[in-house]
Amino acid sequence: MAEILTPAKPLSVNPLKASQPIGASLAFLGVADCMPLEHGARGCTSFNKLYFMRHFNEPIALQTTAMDQTTTVLGADDNVVEALATICAKNAPKVIGLVTTGLSEMQGADVPRTVKAFRTQHPEFAHVAVVPVSASDTLGCLETGFAAAVEAMIETLVPRRPSGWKNRDQVNVLASASLTPGDLEELRAWIEAFGLTPILLPDVGSSLDGHLIDQGFSTLTYGGVTREEIERMADSAATLVIGRSMSRAADALQARTGAPDVRFDQLIGLQASDAFTEALAELSGRPVPAIFGRKRAQLTDAMVDCQFQFGGAKIGVSGDSDLLSALVEFFHGMGANVVAAVASARSPRLADLPIEDVAIGDLEDFETLARARGADLIVANSHGVEAARRLGATLLRAGFPIYDRHGAHADAWIGYGGTRRLIFAAANLLAAHYQELRPYISRYKQAAE
Amino acid sequence: MKPEEIAALLNEPACAHNKKSKSGCAKPAPGATQGGCCFDGARNALLPIADAAHIVHGPIGCAGSSWDNRGTRSSGPDTYRIGMTTDLTDMDVIMGRGEKRLYQSIRQAVETHKPAAVFVYNTCVPALQGDDIAAVAKAAQEKFGTPVIPVDCAGFYGNKNLGNRIAGDAAYKYVIGTREPEPPPFEIPGVRRHDVNLIGEWNVGGEFWNVAPLFDELGLRVLCSFSGDSRFAEVQTMHRAEANMVVCSKAMLAVARKLEDDYKIPWFEGSFYGMRDTSEALRGFARLLDDPELTARVEQVVAREEARVEAALAPLREKLRGKRVLIFTGGYKSWSVVSAMQDLGMIVVATGTEKSTEEDKARIKQLMGPEARMISDNDQIALIDVFHETKADILIAGDRYIYPTLKSRIPFLDVDHVRRIGYAGYDGLIELARNLDQAVHSPVWAQVRSEPAWAAATMRRRPRAVA
Repeated sequence: MAEILTPAKPLSVNPLKASQPIGASLAFLGVADCMPLEHGARGCTSFNKLYFMRHFNEPIALQTTAMDQTTTVLGADDNVVEALATICAKNAPKVIGLVTTGLSEMQGADVPRTVKAFRTQHPEFAHVAVVPVSASDTLGCLETGFAAAVEAMIETLVPRRPSGWKNRDQVNVLASASLTPGDLEELRAWIEAFGLTPILLPDVGSSLDGHLIDQGFSTLTYGGVTREEIERMADSAATLVIGRSMSRAADALQARTGAPDVRFDQLIGLQASDAFTEALAELSGRPVPAIFGRKRAQLTDAMVDCQFQFGGAKIGVSGDSDLLSALVEFFHGMGANVVAAVASARSPRLADLPIEDVAIGDLEDFETLARARGADLIVANSHGVEAARRLGATLLRAGFPIYDRHGAHADAWIGYGGTRRLIFAAANLLAAHYQELRPYISRYKQAAE
Repeated sequence: MKPEEIAALLNEPACAHNKKSKSGCAKPAPGATQGGCCFDGARNALLPIADAAHIVHGPIGCAGSSWDNRGTRSSGPDTYRIGMTTDLTDMDVIMGRGEKRLYQSIRQAVETHKPAAVFVYNTCVPALQGDDIAAVAKAAQEKFGTPVIPVDCAGFYGNKNLGNRIAGDAAYKYVIGTREPEPPPFEIPGVRRHDVNLIGEWNVGGEFWNVAPLFDELGLRVLCSFSGDSRFAEVQTMHRAEANMVVCSKAMLAVARKLEDDYKIPWFEGSFYGMRDTSEALRGFARLLDDPELTARVEQVVAREEARVEAALAPLREKLRGKRVLIFTGGYKSWSVVSAMQDLGMIVVATGTEKSTEEDKARIKQLMGPEARMISDNDQIALIDVFHETKADILIAGDRYIYPTLKSRIPFLDVDHVRRIGYAGYDGLIELARNLDQAVHSPVWAQVRSEPAWAAATMRRRPRAVA
């Protein structure tokens, strides 16, 4: 049980947290033929677009209702209707994610009523799905905004068929924002290896993995789960849920489809990989393919080889709750000592972590804790570079944003293979950071000349 | 900020745009809008003041995704790179605690970081709440003894251009003219020194350091570069310059105009992109300062530097000659980059004029001829169509076009403000030419446009990769 520390300071310095609208928009970027639309001032969207561009090295589909002085005061509902119509006419999407921001929430935007107004005024766009999500940036963080959007997609797009026919070979996957496109690709292959067809909601693994398409540039997403697939989720035999942040979305999906779900806090680490593999075997009714035995043997070998590096190493971890928790468990399980853990926002899982305390705070708090407790390796997003330099610690990049490394989105740390890669990456950083003893030269030793 | 105050800021008599409808107040199109907000523009303009603390007053959305993401560089302090925000929560908003939180935040910033000054940026949520950031700034300044400058720049007031203007206005109102410059620590013997300002130079990727040594050599002391690599104390002394140069920034004209009105400081507009422009900028100072010896020194430096650049460019010019370039940047850069490309012997097939003035367009025609193709639409797909239609070899544009262009398998060069490479000055042109050469001639383009032999034979039934 970890104690939750909440530093009492008025100013956030070097923020760790990214906003809920970013997280919600990210979820929509994993839906095919989709345009996320942020209901706020144009700056919200401009910043968020750049943020994603620098993280993924991809063009990003993202639009704004562009609230201005007049509409902010007098009501911006017309902006929403106009924006929806403009996007439908110009970009022809199948899904629009309508994400509120602190500004529109505070102004008191009545989004459901506005969507109705859009439907009445523009019957010609009746075929375009609109998914409204409440995502004020005065609450939560990227991870919670992402989860809220997934919940909204379920409520809006998955038909209610709690006792309908189920496809025994099809499973739903709700994976939290802590999984990279590389992770999701790995996850899909893992599930397919058991003869199951997964539907990932959302699937940034097929939209933000970075791939060229024949048509060149698209104003919408470059892949992702399709609207038809989301509808078919009602027929899945079961749902696999990864990350505690997805609990509410999982509850909603279970209520709509009646399909049982299996929930996992994370997929990093040997035990987590075992548990997930076991669940797949049970769901599919098939034996575990031999390749997993081999992969598991490779992982355990890496654990044996690298435990020297991890034993007693002092680690600091920062991030949104699901990622932070997965990595805390990972380092703990490798014999390292997690001395500093800072989460961007509160979450029920934090209290369950096997460490003394977890602080809710920013990168300044993280740096202070890591310094006081002598961390050798810190885990942070790219903003952690300066802190690592000042601390003299080595940096393992994880989370959002990572803008100073190529291919970070392709890193996959889940499952047997992913955990093995993570072990090697962290062990190499620790090895490079290791300080050998300074030579001691005896006073009695004769000088060479 | 009241609507009439915004209207006043948008009325800039020194700007050629002024007679038309104001770009700053053009209503953005919901669902089809690109570009940043007023807060974005205001902070960009002031953030390079390196020894100041920059506090964003608002919920996490404003600073959380945007702190420390600029290409501007400092030669000394890096206080400006620390992300600071009041990170307003639901409870702050509901209980109306924003002002108190801001006041305490200023205290914290002053106590822990001892900045030369604190800039406070207002954002949408507290603006709608009605937080009086000017009153908080005043109280905090009196209490903590550090200058606190309120910048009322909520995103919904307007676009980035308006934000730039608000920043200039805040600097003029609260900072410029509040201190006298110190005598310089050294003088070039026998050379009459002149004090000058640059307005709207951001030192992106440290690019002004390409030019700064020439100013020293000419006996021009840059009192303040507003605001690239500047210090708060330098901004305070801007009213004592003998001449100002407005660098590629229409939005900052008001600062130059007010310095002319109040302190009789003459100014000109110029650019450091390209050889001709860099030389013209140095000559511009000589002209305004009316010092024959300076004029002679400038001509010497120009001749020497141009000869040096010509020598360095000769081999690159051979490779770039006749290559066709499509330029899509706004405003001043729409022609200053054209001139830089022509310096390299390239053919400019079209240029973007999204944010250009009538004057800018006239200069484009002067450079490219009366038939010059100008693109005012910022639609990305349309832009790529023009690229193919004009048989261009490379697209030069701001960062928001990078990935659409690369996805289309088209060579690209980034000239925006988040880049890390400096293109200003004589050496910047050489760097630019080198990067153009690399981009156009990368062996990657032919490879990524190729089709594998198996593509025709195989039916791709399963679009998804199986690892």
